[in-house]
Amino acid sequence: MRDASLSRALLYAVAFLLAFLYLIPLAVVLLNSLRTAEEIVQTSMIGWPRVWAFQNYTAAWADFCIAQTCSGIRPYMLNSALVTLPATLLSTLLGAVAGYAISLWRFKGDTWIFALVTLGVFLPEQMRLIPWTIVLRDVGLTNTLAGLVMIHTVQGLSFTTLFCRNYYIAIPADLMKAAKIDGAGFFRIFYRIVLPLSPPILIVTVIWQFTGIWNEFLYGVTFTTGTQQPVTAALIALSASVADVPQHGVQSAAVVIAALPTLLVYLFGGRYFVRGLTAGAVK
Amino acid sequence: MSALVIRDLHKRFGATDVLKGINLDIDNGDFTVLVGPSGCGKSTLLNIIAGLETATAGDIEIDGRVVNAIPPKDRDIAMVFQTYALYPSMTVRQNITFGMECRNVPKPQQATALERVAKLLQIEPLLARKPAQLSGGQRQRVAMGRALVRDPKLFLFDEPLSNLDAKLRVEMRMEIKQLHARIGASIVYVTHDQIEAMTMATRIAVMHQGEIQQFADPDTIYNRPANLFVARFMGAPPMNTIPARLEAHAGRPVVVVGDTHLPAPPSIAPEWLGKPVILGIRPECIAEPTRQFGDGTAPSLTITAPVEMTEPTGAETIVVLRLGGTKILARVAPDIRLVPGAPATFAVDARKLCLFDPQTERLIA
Repeated sequence: MRDASLSRALLYAVAFLLAFLYLIPLAVVLLNSLRTAEEIVQTSMIGWPRVWAFQNYTAAWADFCIAQTCSGIRPYMLNSALVTLPATLLSTLLGAVAGYAISLWRFKGDTWIFALVTLGVFLPEQMRLIPWTIVLRDVGLTNTLAGLVMIHTVQGLSFTTLFCRNYYIAIPADLMKAAKIDGAGFFRIFYRIVLPLSPPILIVTVIWQFTGIWNEFLYGVTFTTGTQQPVTAALIALSASVADVPQHGVQSAAVVIAALPTLLVYLFGGRYFVRGLTAGAVK
Repeated sequence: MSALVIRDLHKRFGATDVLKGINLDIDNGDFTVLVGPSGCGKSTLLNIIAGLETATAGDIEIDGRVVNAIPPKDRDIAMVFQTYALYPSMTVRQNITFGMECRNVPKPQQATALERVAKLLQIEPLLARKPAQLSGGQRQRVAMGRALVRDPKLFLFDEPLSNLDAKLRVEMRMEIKQLHARIGASIVYVTHDQIEAMTMATRIAVMHQGEIQQFADPDTIYNRPANLFVARFMGAPPMNTIPARLEAHAGRPVVVVGDTHLPAPPSIAPEWLGKPVILGIRPECIAEPTRQFGDGTAPSLTITAPVEMTEPTGAETIVVLRLGGTKILARVAPDIRLVPGAPATFAVDARKLCLFDPQTERLIA
């Protein structure tokens, strides 16, 4: 009995220690976002705020200077939203249709197409930089948000198709047969029968795509400059632009603001995400 | 007029022949049951009739029209599935009217058709529910409602009762049979359950290894099976099949099994004399010695054989006995007590004997 409670205590101790270590960076950023730059420079990167510097947030949001533009990260947040929202919706919707076609309308070569599409999941980002550069140049979307939307939509298709296909494959074949005999075609079956069964997997893909695209950095920094950059790229410019005193407080506040959307998505959608991943057959 | 004609239908999946030249002619109003063990091709055949799969060769004609190239929705058919296949996100009402919705049937007409079917199947109180809120039997009813509402030329049933528990299965079996009697629809019904086939069908097609073994009314299938497969597949317990010889005794052909002599069916051709045959006899044609078969005019005939085991079922007792080295089954009245190991006398219904060719396994008399 005593052994059991002892090992249990040990277990909790290890768990708390690991959780603590894992959360340190978040804690440091959160605390620094509420400290003044002078305080951080004079004392240490790690410390409890002496005065609560809430003005860091207003500065980071609206009037901090990034690369000669003094409007904070607000326009870049808007850029990120303008890229993330359409790309998330488009890639999810197209992935759902593609997954539906591959899983429920079997045709010759469908497994090959599926294999090719999912190959995209395993290709490293860096490998795709040059091809995308050429594509963006040829379609005239270099340094535009629309270009990023296109990239994220196309690349997201690999994941969304994979997710939706694996979900739809569990839809009974008899359901499709019944619908075909009833006289429904490809799209009517999709929006009247398949789509109403889809919320669990659509929530998963939306969360996955949203966080992935919002946090994406490489394409943002490579294909856009200046006022066209998403917030992840702008954050780097922000830390690079500081010449005199390092503005750790404002930078930390900017990081927190930039992370907020995905954090909120996780807080509100996380349980659906877990539920959707484990949701199995459609009965 | 034929509701359905199938001519020389073949289906090949790669190197496997699933259907090897199926020919069927089904009359209007017939309740045809395709029965056979799993893997015999009966579901594939049904799917081809529905247009959900394409045949490798051959013709399908529904109501006088060749439908080979016509998609399922335009074949004027309706189908009921083993898994019911109700649309999970729709209410019962929407499930039933979905087909009409796809065909742009005007709303008032949809409502009339829905009302008629709901009344017929007594599912009016369920119309607003989702499939998940229904019991197995109710789902089955809704699935039939979805088929009935369209008033098609041909109904296809794919093992519709297999997912129900035993009691409900018997109830729904009777209900489907009554429904058929009332609306007189042409039905093709697939099942692996030979009792379902016997109880419901007006015609039975017994399938095995991609071929139709016999296509006839239930009485013929049961009493005059075309070959040993049909004899052994239909009936529970199945027909006894016993290696025997045909000999002439006092100028009459006699089936000899060990020491037992039985009069051969009069239709047996004389060239079988002196040759080995397979004797087929249903367990219920071997009973306690006081049993009178038919209306009492059947010739009385008894055999004596050692009893190996008895299995009382309540309604009757199945007796395992040994005849000429072969274990066979008999069905005697439940109050007859037989001692395992001791010989006993049984009455045999000599009118119902079948003889098969041991080589081709076909019925010869």
